[in-house]
Amino acid sequence: MSAQTYDAIVVGSGISGGWAAKELTEHGLRVLLLERGRNVEHIKDYPTALQPPWEVPHRGRVPTALREKHPVLRRDYVLNEVNYGWWAHEDQHPYVEKKPFDWFRGYHVGGRSLTWGRQSYRWSDIDFEANAREGVAIDWPIRYADIAPWYDHVERFAGISGSREGLEQLPDGEFLPPMPLNVAEQHVADGVRKAFNDSRRMIIGRVANLSQAHGGRSACQYRSKCSAGCPFGAYFSSQSATLPAARATGNLTLRPNSIVTRVVYDRDRKRATGVEIIDAETRLTEEFNARIVFLCASAFNSTWILMNSATDVWPDGLGSSSGELGHNVMDHHFRVGAQGRIDGFADRIVYGRRPTGFYIPRFRNVGSDKREYTRGFGYQGSASRQGWAREVAELGIGAPLKEELREPGPWTIGMTGFGEILPHHDNRISLDRSVTDAWGLPVLAMDCEIRENEQRMRQDMMNDAAEMLEAAGCRDVEATNTGYNFGRGIHEMGTARMGRDARTSVLNGHNQVWDAPNVFVTDGACMASAACVNPSLTYMALTARAAAYAVDEMKRQNL
Amino acid sequence: MEPSRRDALVYLATLVGATVVGPRIAAAPIGPVQAAAFTPAEIALLAEIGDTIIPDTDIPGAKAVGIGEFLAMMITDCYEPGDQQRIRQGLTEITTRYRDEYGGDFVGGPSASRTELLNDLDREQKAHHEDLSPGDPPHYFRVLKELTILGYFSSEVGATQAVRYMEVPGRYDGNAPYQRGDRAWFN
Repeated sequence: MSAQTYDAIVVGSGISGGWAAKELTEHGLRVLLLERGRNVEHIKDYPTALQPPWEVPHRGRVPTALREKHPVLRRDYVLNEVNYGWWAHEDQHPYVEKKPFDWFRGYHVGGRSLTWGRQSYRWSDIDFEANAREGVAIDWPIRYADIAPWYDHVERFAGISGSREGLEQLPDGEFLPPMPLNVAEQHVADGVRKAFNDSRRMIIGRVANLSQAHGGRSACQYRSKCSAGCPFGAYFSSQSATLPAARATGNLTLRPNSIVTRVVYDRDRKRATGVEIIDAETRLTEEFNARIVFLCASAFNSTWILMNSATDVWPDGLGSSSGELGHNVMDHHFRVGAQGRIDGFADRIVYGRRPTGFYIPRFRNVGSDKREYTRGFGYQGSASRQGWAREVAELGIGAPLKEELREPGPWTIGMTGFGEILPHHDNRISLDRSVTDAWGLPVLAMDCEIRENEQRMRQDMMNDAAEMLEAAGCRDVEATNTGYNFGRGIHEMGTARMGRDARTSVLNGHNQVWDAPNVFVTDGACMASAACVNPSLTYMALTARAAAYAVDEMKRQNL
Repeated sequence: MEPSRRDALVYLATLVGATVVGPRIAAAPIGPVQAAAFTPAEIALLAEIGDTIIPDTDIPGAKAVGIGEFLAMMITDCYEPGDQQRIRQGLTEITTRYRDEYGGDFVGGPSASRTELLNDLDREQKAHHEDLSPGDPPHYFRVLKELTILGYFSSEVGATQAVRYMEVPGRYDGNAPYQRGDRAWFN
């Protein structure tokens, strides 16, 4: 078999892989971008993007037959009739739950960049220093100053709308104009700010939706149907943003249906020579060569590839010499918060469907605040007038009910916290060779749980939410806790952490595998802690930073 | 109309004309129809129930959006056999109670008596749900009422005439004036 040779191979075409492809091709490298799933072309392959509500067969409900077919996807909103094709099906792609674990994946070109929540927040030094300060896990090998210019870089291209707030725990960025809070949210925001002396702040969610035309892409049209794919390209996805940029260089080769089975490792040179794939359709094996390999296959799948690589040298795979490969799984725990009613504003209504809600940045264990747990959480939520699906207690059926439901109901508000999960060595994934997927490949087994620190935090997440709504004058405030399975946040992190020491980490400070420096892992796998903010923006920044470093190292003939 | 919205609509028209071909429904397979297929008589009964919950007024009611077929499809596709059975029994109860209390058939009966009976049932379901334990099945009439409201307001007539629907709002105003009597926006 004669292998085809490229300058660089990027595995995975989601948020991280798209960025790797863009940056490396723009630096002049000929890049092979491998995606395990089928192709999805911008606009053309968004079959439901322009579908009016009355054409959704079950109008948002999920048919029993579909529920039975998808014992994993049915656990949350991901099982639906609008973007059914964009969530990996558990029958073809099984995994083992030693403990309950929701794994919601996007196996197609663009990956979860098509379906992501688009919330985009910077980390701060409070996050990067936390492990070292508290003696938890290992220290991050980087600080905010190392990544700040790369946040600038990715924000300028991706287009993040948001407000500048001057908060230490949530650094400002290169924002497009913020979308506004609605009138009821602004009322609650004012109340919270006053009640807590500005130590808690409700701001508009920073979001990768364009509040004005940007980089050749249209402004958001306020349809809020993002997860069906945007025909206006108004939110950041691989399809709308990074892949067109990579393609424009003439240096990109995209190969869908390419399941990478391993990094091919030369034990004498201590370098990867390329990767091996199975073609998902023909099931034939092929090998591709390159000087560098970027693994951006999503946290667990990048680690899965490492576990299957160089097993002749390390039985547990490339990067396992530290004993940390597959360990320190993180996510964000959530679905705990509060809801209530807002009196007044009967003469106000919202026009348009805003693709973001409000955000309350972390305030626990910030500054002089000290809790009996470590780290913190932020909240995401929104206020709106109730719609026609509301319960009208005082009316029965018939014309009075019909007329009532044609008008908007009272204002309600709800929010859920997103809490940091500590990196714990015993939260881990491993290969289970007794179970195989549709291509005969071994699958991952998940063995993760939230522990005391997270459980204590959840109490605060519930109480603080209710307290803020009450302080802002909301009525009928109800604390909510609908439960959390590990993974449900769809923010899988860890399993190949960055660090300062090859004995305790899988990757160095530039995302290079210690044991194979021409292999970079820049997706969620690299995270040494989780912070409490949505992680994708940080993957973008780390990926762009690692790509620039890789190109420099190639020029210096180090790679 | 501001330029951004006009541009968007022109662009949208291009898309609809040029790139969206074939059925626009997603590839989500609707499973094989399960158990309870409904007879035409039962569908007529469902339609009459739906139209009593959301009757014709200055704009069409639930019958005009095919609520009988919609309810039959939703009950068949989205409910477990046990729920289907309870709903079926409920349909029998409606027929029987109507005959006992008002005489004749519910289907085609005077709107006043149909409305009275379903208002009674609505009070019963509300009372039933006040002391429902988690995991208990919902009252059949609550299911019928919720599905009727869903089917009606998410239909083309419901979304565009009962309330207002804008495929491409083009802008966001979180503080727009509202007067009692203005229709809500479909979100």
